[in-house]
Amino acid sequence: MSASTVAPVRRTPVRPARILLHVFLAGTALAWLAPLLWAVFSALRPYSETSDRGYVSWPHKLSLDNFTNAFQQSDMLHYFGNTLLIAVPAVLITLFLSSMVAFYVSRFDFRLNLALLLVFTAGNLLPQQVIITPLYRLYLLTDLPGVTESGKLYDSALGLVLIHVAFQSGFCAFVLSNYMRSLPHELTEAALVDGASVWRLYWQITLPLCKPAMAALATLLSIWIYNDFFWALVLISTGENMPITSALNNLSGQYFTDPNLVAAGALLTAIPTLVVYFVLQRQFVSGLTLGSSKG
Amino acid sequence: MSQTPTTPAQTPEAAAAPPPGPVPGGQRARQGHRRLLTRRDRITLGLMAGVPTVLHVLLVWVTALASIALAFTSWDGIGFDSIKWVGLDNFKHLFENNPQFWPAVQHNLIWFAVLIAVPTPLGLFLAVQLDKKIRFSRVYQTAFFLPVVISMACIGFVWQLVYNPDTGLINSLIGANKPGHYIDWIGDPDLNLWAVLIAASWRHTGYMMILYLAGLKGVDPSLREASSLDGANEWQTFKNVIFPTLRPTNTVVLVVTIIEALRAFDLVYVFNKGAQGTELLSILVTNNIIGESSRIGYGSAIAVVLLVISLVVIIPYLVATFRKERRS
Repeated sequence: MSASTVAPVRRTPVRPARILLHVFLAGTALAWLAPLLWAVFSALRPYSETSDRGYVSWPHKLSLDNFTNAFQQSDMLHYFGNTLLIAVPAVLITLFLSSMVAFYVSRFDFRLNLALLLVFTAGNLLPQQVIITPLYRLYLLTDLPGVTESGKLYDSALGLVLIHVAFQSGFCAFVLSNYMRSLPHELTEAALVDGASVWRLYWQITLPLCKPAMAALATLLSIWIYNDFFWALVLISTGENMPITSALNNLSGQYFTDPNLVAAGALLTAIPTLVVYFVLQRQFVSGLTLGSSKG
Repeated sequence: MSQTPTTPAQTPEAAAAPPPGPVPGGQRARQGHRRLLTRRDRITLGLMAGVPTVLHVLLVWVTALASIALAFTSWDGIGFDSIKWVGLDNFKHLFENNPQFWPAVQHNLIWFAVLIAVPTPLGLFLAVQLDKKIRFSRVYQTAFFLPVVISMACIGFVWQLVYNPDTGLINSLIGANKPGHYIDWIGDPDLNLWAVLIAASWRHTGYMMILYLAGLKGVDPSLREASSLDGANEWQTFKNVIFPTLRPTNTVVLVVTIIEALRAFDLVYVFNKGAQGTELLSILVTNNIIGESSRIGYGSAIAVVLLVISLVVIIPYLVATFRKERRS
């Protein structure tokens, strides 16, 4: 950097260049947030004002009315509830099932281990549309009288939970098996010699050691499943049963004629993931990059 | 990720490299394990692996294979007896008569080209800047990363507020919001793909930035020192020392980006349902299900095209990853 002539010998890292960098980063970061800030600004203004004065105008009245209206008019609480009903079991079951598969492939050397892991990993890389047509038919054909409200797998929370679990367990099995492989073998070995059952090795010895990886995956999965749009769009037909993201899409066409209200509604749907992200930032980022820094 | 990833975004390559230090001689130890297993243990193990595998294989792989089979049939979806073998008819019709098919293929390619050409280097650049241990690094990072946390559907709504012809930010700023002077960013088939791609790139940059930041953290600091001792400037250090060590990250980035380009769906669907100008393969498949025209064989044929393209990427990637795995 050129400024090394200005600051002699000392290890002080080149001031003017640093300032320039901060200016650049702050400017870019602000520009990056602009679309979101614009949405917030629009959502804070009443429709009457923006339609009179235009959207780019000095605000005379800012209020949370659009947020409360969007929340009430569209019965958002109900859709948040639907999402919760799908996401919570889906995350828990995915972690449970994929950790069992990971345990199996990483702790024992059965002949087909690698092939099994390959099946899971590759499955998760497929675009969802590759499997959706037969899946949709399968869901329509599966009769579950009394189990789901629709009497089928189609149009039910259960159906969404199943496909989330099936699809996401590929990623989780892969990550967890890598993680488990790094645990010392002596631990389980000693327990096995002492006569512990396989289940105990998994449940009481291996799983507790995997807590960091499980936490990272849980954060990641909650955000992905919460944000899911596609599966719900195709596999749910009744508006009432939709999770929040697809419900908003549905409602914005039906009820909302006011862009400020839609902005408020859309922002409300983003709040839970933002909260999860801010609270569990470290887990989230480490989940996304699990292991990639060690390559 | 769909997630795209992206749901989208969820690809295991991030974890491609196993943590270091697998116990040497682990192989022998594991064989020892096996001998100690009781009958009950074997049954337990069988169930532990079996239940998840059945679920995954049934819902993901059997349906993928069913897509292939159905692509050669015509079926109205009502009864199984209406399934008719039609050979290559669906594909013939798709390649020759469907006005949306080739544009969709082209748009998927453009999608990939843009993602790799714009947000990827930008994400790398931002990562390199943020890796300099500067103040407020976390604040900047959060700003760039925020869009990745928000759902694609929500991003679609947010960008509509920017692109809307009469009330949107851009037209309001440039005065193109009067009837007759509209620039219809979402409706104009020459513009809309690019408008959507700006929103997609906006999101993708933060994702790439995080992957590269993780990669940069793994670069041995002594390399940097050695290079500055040799009198290399910042750009030379990056080009000759840092970038080559990022190879594993680059592979991950490439695979993630291709898969994101193939999976692209939510954003376009919220924007304009993939009408005029923004067709994508994923949208064409979905339209065959959601729309009233239940042409299952035909929709499956499009899915097969998507499957073949994805396998061209997935197979070499997995072969490389798992070869490394077996060595460890």
